[in-house]
Amino acid sequence: MATVNPPMEAAQSDAPSRTGVWTWLTTTDHKKIGLLYGGSAIVFFVVGGIEALLIRVQLATPNGEFLSADAYNQMFTMHATTMVFLVVMPAAAAFTNYFLPLLIGARDVAFPRLNAFSYWVFLFGGLFLTSSFFLGGAPDGGWFGYAPLSSQLNEVVRMDYWALGLQIVGLASLLASVNFITTMFTMRAPGMTLMRMPVFAWMALVVNFLLLFSLPIITVGLIQVFLDRNLGTLFFDAANGGDPILWQHLFWLFGHPEVYILILPAMGIVSEVLPTFSRKPLFGRSFVIFSGIAIGFMGFGVWAHHMFTAGLGPVAEAAFALTTMFIAVPTGVKIFNWLGTVWGGSVRLATPMLFSLGFIAMFVIGGLSGVTHSVAPADWQQHDTYYVVAHFHYVLFGGAVLGLMAGMYYWWPKITGKLLDERLGKIHFWLILAGFNLTFAPMHILGLNGMPRRTYRYPEGLGFEFWNFLATLGSFLIAVSMLVLFWNMFRTWRRGEVAGPDPWDGRTLEWTISSPPPEHNFDRIPVVEHEDDFWYRKYSTADDGTSVAIDPPPDMEVEPEANIHLPSPSFYPVLTGSGMFVTLMGLVYVPWGLVAVGVGALITMWGLFGWSMEPITREDH
Amino acid sequence: MTTETLTPQDHGAPDMDNMRKIAMWAFLGSECLFFGSLITTFLVYRTRVGDGPSASDVFDIPFTSVSSFILLMSSLTMVLAHYSSVRKDWRQMRVWLLATALLGMVFLAGQVFEFTEFVDHGLTVTTSPFGSSFFVLTGFHGAHVAIGVLMLVATAFMSYSGRLSDGEGMNVEIIGLYWHFVDIVWIVIFTVVYLLQV
Amino acid sequence: MISVVWLALGRLPAFGGDRRSIRAGQSRRHRGSRVIERTLRRKRTFLVLLALAAMFVLAACAGPDRLGIDSVVDSDLPQNALDPAGPAARSIDNLWWLVFWIATVIFVVVEAALIFVVFRFRRRGGTDEPVKQVHGSTRLEIVWTIIPAVILAAIAVPTIATLFDLRAEPAPSENALQVEVTGHQWWWEFYYPEYDVTTANELHIPAGRPVYLTMTSADVIHSFWVPQLNGKRDLVPGRTTNLTLEADEPGVFFGQCAEFCGLAHADMRHRVFAETEADFEAWASAQAEPATLPAEGPAAAGWETFQISCASCHTVDGTSAEGDFAPNLTHFASRTTFGGATFANTEAHLREWLRDPIDLKPMRPDYNDLEAGRVLGMPNLGLTEVEIDGLIAFLDTLE
Repeated sequence: MATVNPPMEAAQSDAPSRTGVWTWLTTTDHKKIGLLYGGSAIVFFVVGGIEALLIRVQLATPNGEFLSADAYNQMFTMHATTMVFLVVMPAAAAFTNYFLPLLIGARDVAFPRLNAFSYWVFLFGGLFLTSSFFLGGAPDGGWFGYAPLSSQLNEVVRMDYWALGLQIVGLASLLASVNFITTMFTMRAPGMTLMRMPVFAWMALVVNFLLLFSLPIITVGLIQVFLDRNLGTLFFDAANGGDPILWQHLFWLFGHPEVYILILPAMGIVSEVLPTFSRKPLFGRSFVIFSGIAIGFMGFGVWAHHMFTAGLGPVAEAAFALTTMFIAVPTGVKIFNWLGTVWGGSVRLATPMLFSLGFIAMFVIGGLSGVTHSVAPADWQQHDTYYVVAHFHYVLFGGAVLGLMAGMYYWWPKITGKLLDERLGKIHFWLILAGFNLTFAPMHILGLNGMPRRTYRYPEGLGFEFWNFLATLGSFLIAVSMLVLFWNMFRTWRRGEVAGPDPWDGRTLEWTISSPPPEHNFDRIPVVEHEDDFWYRKYSTADDGTSVAIDPPPDMEVEPEANIHLPSPSFYPVLTGSGMFVTLMGLVYVPWGLVAVGVGALITMWGLFGWSMEPITREDH
Repeated sequence: MTTETLTPQDHGAPDMDNMRKIAMWAFLGSECLFFGSLITTFLVYRTRVGDGPSASDVFDIPFTSVSSFILLMSSLTMVLAHYSSVRKDWRQMRVWLLATALLGMVFLAGQVFEFTEFVDHGLTVTTSPFGSSFFVLTGFHGAHVAIGVLMLVATAFMSYSGRLSDGEGMNVEIIGLYWHFVDIVWIVIFTVVYLLQV
Repeated sequence: MISVVWLALGRLPAFGGDRRSIRAGQSRRHRGSRVIERTLRRKRTFLVLLALAAMFVLAACAGPDRLGIDSVVDSDLPQNALDPAGPAARSIDNLWWLVFWIATVIFVVVEAALIFVVFRFRRRGGTDEPVKQVHGSTRLEIVWTIIPAVILAAIAVPTIATLFDLRAEPAPSENALQVEVTGHQWWWEFYYPEYDVTTANELHIPAGRPVYLTMTSADVIHSFWVPQLNGKRDLVPGRTTNLTLEADEPGVFFGQCAEFCGLAHADMRHRVFAETEADFEAWASAQAEPATLPAEGPAAAGWETFQISCASCHTVDGTSAEGDFAPNLTHFASRTTFGGATFANTEAHLREWLRDPIDLKPMRPDYNDLEAGRVLGMPNLGLTEVEIDGLIAFLDTLE
């Protein structure tokens, strides 16, 4: 335990330097790890975005020859894999890492070294997956890798990269989920009851339970695919009694909760942003929380709606059609409560608010097209067409990504201490909204007009030309809007307006501390008396129920605690993670790669041994 | 590690023991789904034997019953180890930890013997979906037992060399949680895989 | 391609129109509008550059069209699920429009509510107004839980009814035609047990009579889909699935594999020719005839080449060519397309194909393993031009 005596010595914690590479490699500070997650997610977002643009150029004209079929199949597989596992999930992890402790009034997560380890495992997993482009070709079996296509052609290592890469990225998420769940159950500030937890924390709790229970299922499926490919097992070999449908059950039993893993953090963010910019508490707070829990539970009971065309039989199809329809109920409850939050408020249309409203507007479309999928006979037409592509982009881009961007604009001043430029922010918002709709709205029509997804070319005369061209234009508009964002980030990083601790008149604990927060977060752990505690420290409630600013405003400076224990940096998480990377690389190239497997295992064991022997208890100064 | 020094904050101090217990429970919850998926796969494939031997051709129920009994007994010694650690009788705790590890190793030896017998009868991972799912399920269970044995031996060794002092009780309790879980999973596997051959 | 360029050019005058309206704004010399104007000008420049860049890139990357769909049908959207031509597709279509309109009403209501609350409660001036801290209303929560549940229940009833209806096998009285469908990477095999006819990629059916497909796959999962006749159904190795097709009237209906099946998934297409009962019977009996081998000329030389280079994979009924890894070619010349219904069956296309099939259609014949039954496409056979001439002449005799 490093000890800091704030605020004077806060800058002199035991790490030799606060900005060097070594500090970042060995950090166990949840905020630094959050930034690492966020930075990695942005880099992978650019990678996944370039893959998307290449796909769109190829499809802009009939009989496209810009990409070969082989390259195209790698692009769409890696685009989805990257966006799901290396962008949205780590972006959500970034916010959870950075803000969960701040929101619940803690100094770090329960297991800081495990937290660092999760990040490094994720990063090495992402690098492992992406490196496949340069090592014989990237995975090309689709992001849900249907067997036996994914277990076919074991001479080509591509799907080995996929099976192992998802496995390792999943391990990172699993460890993180154990960590976050423990954090939320044990480290809330005094008075922060579970029901007083901010809604973002609640959604993070649901997400991490979903991860905890869904990841092991895909783990088993991926083990089976990998063994089928490399050891000759017969799990999905139909000629010898294996059943490819088993893979679909295992994948979607993970894959559908995964959809909620991707969207719930954004819903949590929106549930923080809307009250702040409406100056009202979240309407029906407990209903929003319980509907999130309900979505989590129901998410495990709808998986076979991805398999309506697989021939499960009418009874199973009817059952899953019904469960799928009724998952729309808790989702609707959330949307109505968000509208209720804005109703009667004093709405400030700052960029985070615009993105949150955009989230609602787009997510409604994605939700409604989702209901049309639950109508199983209609899904027999829509399944695996561009209509589905449109649907899940409305949910995952219009929903998850816009929600995460709302969070980024909302919390950027807390992280950097600088405000993002509002004008550029609004330009970004309207450009991305226009580009997004231009790209994905035509895909509804394409799908219904008969264009299947994952087709690298289409002939002339099917009526696909116009809508595809529009979609390609839209995708470049999205790219341009992202340049605006990056320019905004770059420009305001150093020259931006100073934010101060509470730029938005916030309601939750993170706004009580300086921007950026000190390493130890809180000089004194707050004692929470209310949901939206900070608001009620700033405002009293008049007889007519309106908020009246307390005059003079409360002084947030408190006498710092004498001895604050912070986790020491550790080199072992990154070492252990790198050992696993070497092991994976070796596993792809079995048998001769077994040497690398051995070397990697030794490094991993060295890391784990050092980790368990490392004195966490440092003498107090 | 001690509870006092690990306290990250002065008040509202999270209880480190409690944290690690919650984390282990969460992890075991995840493990339930892991073994659940493996067992489900086995149930789908248990009659798909192709040209290879079927379950009744290869299983030796009396033998596996004995090794199951040995693993069950190891849960008893694990409880005794935990009990000793609560009483801070470290020497006895180490004895029971090593006894648990020994029983675990006997179980593993039995599994290795069983596997070689099956291979001799012509059942391998590549024989049939039944073979694939059987070996992968029991193999992953065996790997869990092996990791448990490593943790038991390591804890006993660390206790002997004085690297652990006050926190020992906690470590033993957490390993105990894991060990009992692995044991319960085996009871399910033994019942579903070996006994319920329809 | 030309249409795309035209389209992009056709968009340009719209930018000019924008410019005029911006000038009008400029005359007002309003500070806010200058900001907007700068933004718009920037945006406009971006868009023009974007469209130009897109056109250049696209001009380079569109390939030749070898299918010629326009010459087969006069519909603009021949693969349209919303243009049903049979009872199954029609009942799906009816259900779809019902759900579509319900969804549209909800969409309009919710989006209007969103826009309304934002404008109604937007902060005016720069000051925060005192806001009543409302925490919720249980009554409202109950209302907006029950209303969606009721709407969904209303959707569920016709959904389940249609589902069970469409999953039923055709009754024996309906005299359904049986066809066995096998999916291959990347072509379709159709077998008519009543007629003992095997064909590929082009399914002929009698109009007005149900056709009951019994489907499986030889390798990976495929999905058979003719949007105008019915929804899609997967073909799973080791399992059989069923689908009923019925066309109201004679016509040509397009479809393609809808489950990603590897490299040439996009080039695994099929056509359904719905014909009058008499035409269908005539077609089936012609297809049931074995091939007659040519006696002389280039076609006879082509048959010699065929035996050496093609017969281990392809079958020509009534001859020694009995390979069963690739499409049955007994009546190849009667088909309108080849290569997974991806290329119009013309001499020029055949010539390209025989010179190097992989140049036309992506395949992985390097990984073929005939003994293990694994076929991933047709290899480049290294044929000479003379051999190709012969083969084309021979294939032309297979009517």
